[in-house]
Amino acid sequence: MLRVTRSTVIDAPIERVWEVLRDFNSHDRWHPAVARSHIEGGEPPDQVGCVRNFHLADGNHIREQLIALSDTDRISTYCILDATVPLQRYVATLQLKPVTDGDRTFWHWQSTFDTPPGREAELADMVGRAVYEAGFEALRRYLRSGGERRSRPAAAGAARGGDMTGQAVVLKAFGGADQLSFENVTVPPPGHREVRIRQSAAGVNYIDVYIAEGEYRMVEPPAAIGMEAAGTVIDVGSDVHDLLPGDSVAYAYGVPGAFATLRTLPSDQVVRVPAGIEAETAAAVLFKGLTAEYLVHRVHTVRAGETILVHAAAGGVGTFLCQWAKHLGARVIGTVSSEEKARIARENGCDLPIVSTDYRFAEAIKAATGGRGVDVVYDGLGRLAERENYDALAPTGHWVAYGHASGALPPLDPALQSAKSLRVSRPVLFHYTDEPARLRAMATNVFAMLERGVLKVTLRHRYPLSAAAFALQALQSRQTIGPLVLLA
Amino acid sequence: MIKVYTSSVIDASADAVWAHIRDFNGLPKWHPAIAESRIEQSWPADRVGCIRNFRLRDGGLIREQLLTLSDYDYQCSYSILESPMGVDNYIATLKLTPITDGNRTFAEWSAEFDTPAGQERRLADQIGQGVFQAGFDALKSYFGHR
Repeated sequence: MLRVTRSTVIDAPIERVWEVLRDFNSHDRWHPAVARSHIEGGEPPDQVGCVRNFHLADGNHIREQLIALSDTDRISTYCILDATVPLQRYVATLQLKPVTDGDRTFWHWQSTFDTPPGREAELADMVGRAVYEAGFEALRRYLRSGGERRSRPAAAGAARGGDMTGQAVVLKAFGGADQLSFENVTVPPPGHREVRIRQSAAGVNYIDVYIAEGEYRMVEPPAAIGMEAAGTVIDVGSDVHDLLPGDSVAYAYGVPGAFATLRTLPSDQVVRVPAGIEAETAAAVLFKGLTAEYLVHRVHTVRAGETILVHAAAGGVGTFLCQWAKHLGARVIGTVSSEEKARIARENGCDLPIVSTDYRFAEAIKAATGGRGVDVVYDGLGRLAERENYDALAPTGHWVAYGHASGALPPLDPALQSAKSLRVSRPVLFHYTDEPARLRAMATNVFAMLERGVLKVTLRHRYPLSAAAFALQALQSRQTIGPLVLLA
Repeated sequence: MIKVYTSSVIDASADAVWAHIRDFNGLPKWHPAIAESRIEQSWPADRVGCIRNFRLRDGGLIREQLLTLSDYDYQCSYSILESPMGVDNYIATLKLTPITDGNRTFAEWSAEFDTPAGQERRLADQIGQGVFQAGFDALKSYFGHR
């Protein structure tokens, strides 16, 4: 008896690979050696006992019976009933296992059989190379090309489409929301290490207002704006291994252009979204969630027992900071601008919301901490709150200046800094997300916290993509609560 | 009963990886969390039933018993007799499979155990990431930089 074993690793999640391989009649769609195939008697292709009847491209004819199928262990076992090739007592087992380190798939394919005397090496080589190894390569190509078409994929690259026409929110000139228009745009096919996405939702952030006003010169008009979106992969360019057409994805990318129905962008800036999370939720939370993640886990590691200060504690990032830091065991003090927002902050884990509209809060914090102050200030306010933030910090505290809603924070006087042995960080999110592996880890953390209910979000404000200008005005009015999303 | 499953791909032949890890007393040689190890009663480290007594870098002491060892399947399994982790009925299996497409190895490390209610996720993370994935990362780095 001969035994032939081949194995490989496919750069795709196991669910995608198994979806194809569990279908006993899928092989004429992806395996180049199989010309046409059908299941006898019209039985379903996952019916154990069903027989697939197929012709090879070289003219041979084979009937094989499915004798075991396990969705739990992802095993398919089958045997040859009759064949015009002399493989006798042929039983094959194909098994998939997850590679948890990288969300890939290990594929093991093994068979035992007999052959006429003298033909052992020839037939073992045929099974190992022409069937199994060629099958590995063909399935890779099939998944990369989308895997839905009935015809076999042609040469790699030919599967990718050309330009597509979509709509985008374009800033015509600096000057704010009034300068936005909804226009047709041409979206090119993905190039090397790029991916093209059909976007169903985009998140609105305050940075979009700054960009539209020209305060942040991140685009030269006319140009599409928007920092984050979610949708479905249409096609991928060369050298993209971890994303496939059909994947649910999202991104928060440092180059504006997310307010669009279609977009092509670097694949390493795109993350997969778990099945349980809706696209509109992913689009609404990714940017703010990544910001909260790097603030509580990377810029400063929040530990149980620490006291932290969160400004705008009922805002988008502020709410997430309260929820996350509370989950980590910190005592959370927040500032808010109204009693209504104090209630929202409290609901989200803020132990002590301080209502203040004039950047005065240090005294209340001293009183609440026995005169000591807080271990960390998450400062999104900047210039006008500088003195109060300084006074609110405990000795050896950490001043994390991640935003400047009231103007840029001036350099801190070294004498003042050493008077309290303060640590000062001025982090920029995109410096952290530029590293693809770190971005993936951060996004995984955010989605896990959403799924566990640590991060909670209520979507109250949805607008059509064509009404982006209205959404930006609503955000500026400071009357909205929670995230705003645009739906395509 | 909780199950933890971690798997990875190591850029070396299964023979080479197995030679590096089959020594039941050899954890300090390759696993970053383990400081020192000895086999109780001076048994050989590949005698099924032997007990390894080792100390973690963070100070914890663990005793584990070798339950199966197969050079043919590149596989071993063991149970925890004593540990500070708060797990019961803990049985783990470490298995290598050659990847014929390239000189690589598919490595699987899994465990089943009981734990007090509420500790499931923490222990699953600690074992899956802190022990198993950390071990794989060390192997990937060792075989990637020879």
